[in-house]
Amino acid sequence: MNSARTPTDWKGTAMQARIRRRYRSERAFKLAGLAAVILSAAFLAFLLVTMAWNGAGGFTRTEVALKLDFPAMALPVTPTQLRSPAADLALSGAGLKNAVETAGEGWVSDSAWMKVRDAIKADPSMLGRSQVIWLPASPAVEAEMRGGPDAGLEVHVLQSRGLVRTGFNLDFLTASNSTDPTAAGIWGALKGSLLTMLVTFLIAFPVGVLSAIYLEEYAARNRWTDLIEVSINNLAAVPSIIFGLLGLAVFLGTFSLFGHTIGPLFPRSAAVVGGLTLALMIMPVIVIASRNAIKAVPPSIRDAAYAVGASRVQVVFHHVLPLALPGILTGTIIGMARALGETAPLLLIGMRAFIVTPPEGFTDPSTVLPVQIFLWSDEVSRGFIEKTSAAIIVLLVFLLAMNGLAIYLRNKFETRW
Amino acid sequence: MNAFALLFLIAGLGLIGWLTGRARAVRFDRGARGRVNSLPSQHGWYVALWTLLPALLFVAVWSAVSPGLIRQAVLEHPAAAKLSDFAFERDAVIDEAGRVAADPRASAFNPIAAELAPAVREARSRYGWMGGGTAMLLAFAGGAFAFSRLSVDFRARTRVERWVMLILLLASLIAILTTIGIFLSLLWESLRFFSAVSPVELLFGTHWSPQVIDPKHPGASLGAVPLFWGTFFIGAVIAMIVAIPFGLMSAIYLTQYAPARVRAWMKPMLEILAGVPTVVYGYFAALTVAPAVRNLAVALGDTYASSESALAAGLVMGVMIIPFVSSMADDAIAAVPTAMRDGSLAMGATTSETIGRVLIPAALPGVVAGVLLAVSRAIGETMIVVMAASGAANVTLNPFESATTVTKQIVDLLTGEAEFDSPKTLAAFALGLTLFVITLLLNIFALRVVKKYREAYE
Repeated sequence: MNSARTPTDWKGTAMQARIRRRYRSERAFKLAGLAAVILSAAFLAFLLVTMAWNGAGGFTRTEVALKLDFPAMALPVTPTQLRSPAADLALSGAGLKNAVETAGEGWVSDSAWMKVRDAIKADPSMLGRSQVIWLPASPAVEAEMRGGPDAGLEVHVLQSRGLVRTGFNLDFLTASNSTDPTAAGIWGALKGSLLTMLVTFLIAFPVGVLSAIYLEEYAARNRWTDLIEVSINNLAAVPSIIFGLLGLAVFLGTFSLFGHTIGPLFPRSAAVVGGLTLALMIMPVIVIASRNAIKAVPPSIRDAAYAVGASRVQVVFHHVLPLALPGILTGTIIGMARALGETAPLLLIGMRAFIVTPPEGFTDPSTVLPVQIFLWSDEVSRGFIEKTSAAIIVLLVFLLAMNGLAIYLRNKFETRW
Repeated sequence: MNAFALLFLIAGLGLIGWLTGRARAVRFDRGARGRVNSLPSQHGWYVALWTLLPALLFVAVWSAVSPGLIRQAVLEHPAAAKLSDFAFERDAVIDEAGRVAADPRASAFNPIAAELAPAVREARSRYGWMGGGTAMLLAFAGGAFAFSRLSVDFRARTRVERWVMLILLLASLIAILTTIGIFLSLLWESLRFFSAVSPVELLFGTHWSPQVIDPKHPGASLGAVPLFWGTFFIGAVIAMIVAIPFGLMSAIYLTQYAPARVRAWMKPMLEILAGVPTVVYGYFAALTVAPAVRNLAVALGDTYASSESALAAGLVMGVMIIPFVSSMADDAIAAVPTAMRDGSLAMGATTSETIGRVLIPAALPGVVAGVLLAVSRAIGETMIVVMAASGAANVTLNPFESATTVTKQIVDLLTGEAEFDSPKTLAAFALGLTLFVITLLLNIFALRVVKKYREAYE
């Protein structure tokens, strides 16, 4: 078997063609990879641009200067009523809504009378004179100002006289939900989100970090520890909706103790229930991130501390934990960002109520920003499409800020030991 | 007593305990230089723990018991005799009385509730003071006991560290408790469901229409096969057709080809894609993608195309999963020893040949496990399908038709106005249990493959 193999003719046409073919497929493969990345980026860009395009209008509002002749309206309200806490009731009972609608002649939105009401409460002397007040415009006027169809109201005439203006809608950031898109705002939902996040953080952060410390620094390698580890890894991958079912069954189901049925453990729709549920959901994320951060602290640090006589608790809390903290915080922020964007479990535990006043405490009925987005997305009117996209922009700004902070922390404090 | 005020007071006592314990230990230290067993702060912690733990434990137990006691006290009020015997109605009135008692501005709709409100308020304040007083007493007694034990030889350090260890252990047990809690609560509600509907009917029935349930035979309209098919079709077929090629190719490009500058920009971009909340994807799917898909279908000649097609939901879900698949593939490829790659390149193979014939086959178990995890994430995904998929349960192979999923039905069943005990709401828990078990099996299997494969190369 010593028949000599003919040497390959690298310069031959067949070989050259083969090499060309191989390089061609190499280039095609590389291009396919690039295309995959670019298409993913393009999708993200498309999504963001769509949201920005739709949502930009949600931050602005058209207002109309309306002259209201209060003496002619003859509202049956006394000054004492206006100073009492029942002023709202008195003014709406006096027919203010109808009066404003009549004066507005289709120019002002359905909720404009509430603005008038608040103006009167701020300055009761207004009732004795006629007064020009800037009020949110009706959807038809709003649409025409944005280049929509003619509302048949000669908007441009008023516009040329400076009686119509479009400006930043502060109410969007300070008001709560409303059936009227021009009056709806996100403050109630945002406050609900903040309260919920506070509960989530106060529970998930200590519990997550402490269990990570236990698993990394204390736990012996045995079956029991394996069980804890397996359940943490699995919890991290359980669908979020399952946590909603857990919250519904445990926190809101009928709860009985010592033979007394005492009703639900917590009030429905409350921030505390949402916070607890989300805390259970993101706790595994925090545990896993904290364990990795603690694992990255080199043993030499521990050995040095032990060598000068530190106890185990001192080693952990004085040396290991401070060094691992940036990694732990990064993981926590990413977990919190996930909780802030979460919707499904909160839908199940009833945080989808129509909330007109911002929640005052942890047990008040409240909703959160993603759920508010979901609820508005079901509305059909054009105004709510803008509001939904604008609320999404606000949510994305929060999430991007949190993720940016996490990436910054990671880059700044990343230590190569 | 206000719960926050109480917790604040207990915390304050704890702080005082810490300070006094520490101060006493400092005095020992002056007297017996070098002979004190533990550091002053460890003495302080010992007193603080004895102040806090018994009192907090009592508060936890008391807050669980006291509503029952308050209720008992209210039911003994003379006005309670007028209450209906019907438990549901009685509870509603007592709840209302509780609300009126808490908020002086509120007015009662039911006259009995208005009569009961002062009784509720009185019982609340009595039991509140009782519990608060006992808690403070416990805190004080615990602190005093601990303080009296401090001495030069006292081993505060050992004791405190034992407590710390116990607290750490308790914290790590919460993960197990959550898992057990999920499983038991789902199982409990599902068993109640299965007492009315047989599991066989749910798992193998092919007719799903929970809107009309025959009370005599609820199982006939609760067959979940169409849901399972829809979940599989949207999450495991359509979404994966998008996510696997895109995720895998981006991972390959970013790890093997991209210059460092491109990688530095593109990796965070993928992270942002992963960080976009699902409700945003859902809104995007419903508002932009679904109409486009429908127009496409009509252009292709499918005039019955649904505007809530399986394709729209699946496409967007696939995009959502891309970063996940990409990062799993990234890990799997990175775990392949460099020697294998270098060997292939040294033999004259091009980069793409090396990837296709060496890296991917070697990383295949890891990639497959990553895909399984991605599938488990896709079938558990809720908001995209709630907003973009339809509620109509069809078994179809046409991606332009509508299909529904398990998660969408869970949300639909539970956000209606039905009471908690109807087969309709309980069916949601049975579906949840099925989903939990399937995702759990997928995860355990995939994580085991990943672990085994990682060990093979280490």
